Amino acid sequence: MSSDAPATASYREALTQAMREELARDDNVFLMGEDIGLFEGSFKVTRGLLKEFGPRRVVDTPISEAGFVGIGIGAAMSGLRPIIELMTVNFSIVAMDQIVNNAAKIHYMFGGQTAVPIVIRMPGGAGHQLAAQHSHSLEAWFTHIPGLKVACPSTPYDAKALLKTAIRDDDPVVFLESEGLYAKKGPVGGPDDLLPFGQAAVRRQGADCTIVAVSRMVWIALAAAEQLAADGIDCEVIDPRTTRPLDLETIAGSVRRTNHCVAVDEGWPECGLAANIATHVYESCFDWLDAPVERVTAADVPMPYARNLEQAALPSADAVATAVRATLARGA
Amino acid sequence: MADDGSVGQQTAGPVSADPGLMRQMFTVMHLVRVFEERAAEEYMRGNIGGFLHLAIGEEAAVVGSVFGLRPTDPITSTYREHGQALSRGSDPRAVMAELFGRETGLCGGHGGSMHLMDRERAFYGGYGIVGGSIPLAVGLGFAIAYRGEDDVALVMFGDGATNQGVLTESLNMAKLWNLPVVFFCLNNQYGMGTAVDRASAETELFRRADAFGIPSRRVDGMDVLAVHQAVSDAAHHARTSHDPVMIEAIAYRYRGHSMSDPDKTRPEDEKARWRARDPLVTFERVLLGEGIVSSDDLAAIREANLATIEDAAQFAAASPAVAESALADDVYAHPWNDDPRGSALMPGGGG
Repeated sequence: MSSDAPATASYREALTQAMREELARDDNVFLMGEDIGLFEGSFKVTRGLLKEFGPRRVVDTPISEAGFVGIGIGAAMSGLRPIIELMTVNFSIVAMDQIVNNAAKIHYMFGGQTAVPIVIRMPGGAGHQLAAQHSHSLEAWFTHIPGLKVACPSTPYDAKALLKTAIRDDDPVVFLESEGLYAKKGPVGGPDDLLPFGQAAVRRQGADCTIVAVSRMVWIALAAAEQLAADGIDCEVIDPRTTRPLDLETIAGSVRRTNHCVAVDEGWPECGLAANIATHVYESCFDWLDAPVERVTAADVPMPYARNLEQAALPSADAVATAVRATLARGA
Repeated sequence: MADDGSVGQQTAGPVSADPGLMRQMFTVMHLVRVFEERAAEEYMRGNIGGFLHLAIGEEAAVVGSVFGLRPTDPITSTYREHGQALSRGSDPRAVMAELFGRETGLCGGHGGSMHLMDRERAFYGGYGIVGGSIPLAVGLGFAIAYRGEDDVALVMFGDGATNQGVLTESLNMAKLWNLPVVFFCLNNQYGMGTAVDRASAETELFRRADAFGIPSRRVDGMDVLAVHQAVSDAAHHARTSHDPVMIEAIAYRYRGHSMSDPDKTRPEDEKARWRARDPLVTFERVLLGEGIVSSDDLAAIREANLATIEDAAQFAAASPAVAESALADDVYAHPWNDDPRGSALMPGGGG
């Protein structure tokens, strides 16, 4: 199986490969979620896995997010390694008590007696006219919580390698996928290619301005960098890959060279991921900054349905390019 | 329920339990009683902080249910769980020290009264969010079934938790997947200050299980033998039929919801009626009547328990405070950084 894994795959297939390999590797690993078995997943990330591993390992649930996330946590407490799929990040809100009060707290509040090796996977993001209740980017919510680890891959390689790390990790991992990236193709690693958490990737090297972004926003940042390159502006794009732990060392190292920073976040501006990155940059790079950090985030509104309004609410490459020009102008 | 506080139906009836077990259950019930009384004193002295929820009056339900299981059967409970830990054999010293917030506590001072756990004894913890631990126990039951083991998971929750949606979800999945789970509702008749009939349209809470085809019954939670029999039967059913069961035990807590509740709203005559059915006094009569213990035996048990609790309290008081260096211990099983300020950061990133 895994040795036949193609060297190139979509982000979706990369995730499937990670789960298939880990299911085969460790009988303690099982999948649970809504319509992940017979229906093969709302986004087909679990395609073929019920057939290959059977209903003991691939469990279809009722629509009871709090209940089955809690069941996953309980199973993890006794040493199993559940991978819970929430159909989308939006439904994690229904399960937030289980994630925040149980998964994140159990190891700490019971003095380390019981680990919770669970992965809670969910796709998020907007861009498909799904309107206010189906368009969340909640990276900041989960990153806020000590006790959780938070991964948000941007490429097929990272999707596979980070998911494998998450599955083997003994702590609860919230694994945030991007609906908009599922079809994206790229190289993927083999069964033993894992990525450690807390290790950022430099997606593009540059000397003039550091752009920090995760998940789909990495691609927005790269598109902006290409636009700017045409005007001779040379951006470095840093993808932290995990927001908890956060590789500030790579970010700070870059900002200390470029002296400028733009933080991009598909979520909302207040207390958001970009706000957090900006704070860390101020704390660690204040003396190196030539201008304030610019943030590019979603508009501070519930997501509208109308296509033009939705696009206006989301970070765009143009907006990132504008922010880069703004910070460079202030620092000039 | 009848106005005199009797449950009236569906109790287990006369149980011929093993005399040694009966004596042991009495001993633990009394231990729980005196532990709780001492905890209240220590709270008033300022040695115990936070919330302190006492189970005085509920000892039969607590001890009878735990003793109806095998020692390896996993349990989860609520924030009123000192008695469950003690019933599982947790060291009273470690339990008291946890309440004192000392490093010798059961959870190293990270948990406190509401968050005891003794994993070695398959006590999977006390949880502070009403209803929040119910799916965890179903998950423990899931893991038992997944591994093909023959343990049974028991979740203890109060009457208040029956109105949380997660109970409905948990009952459904436990039955849907044929999981060995005993849903044990300790109905002490009040969700904090709200009586069951002011919170629940159907006050026979065990009937919640009917919607899922889960067998369920109500027992007199002031009668340890009835509770023990009911949970033994339920665990046997769950173990052999691989199916959930729900038990509702009607009991009464003598104190307010927690130490900060002056308990002004419950009727005095109601409290008096229930105190007249004190589970320890009732059980003492049974034990004496059946010749299982003598008055001297009872005196010796009481004296030994009081000595145990005195020792536990002294141990807790003499134990060192938790080292501040332990602040960030155990946030993660696999931490990357032990710096509590900015603990999301990888080391070296702070510049």
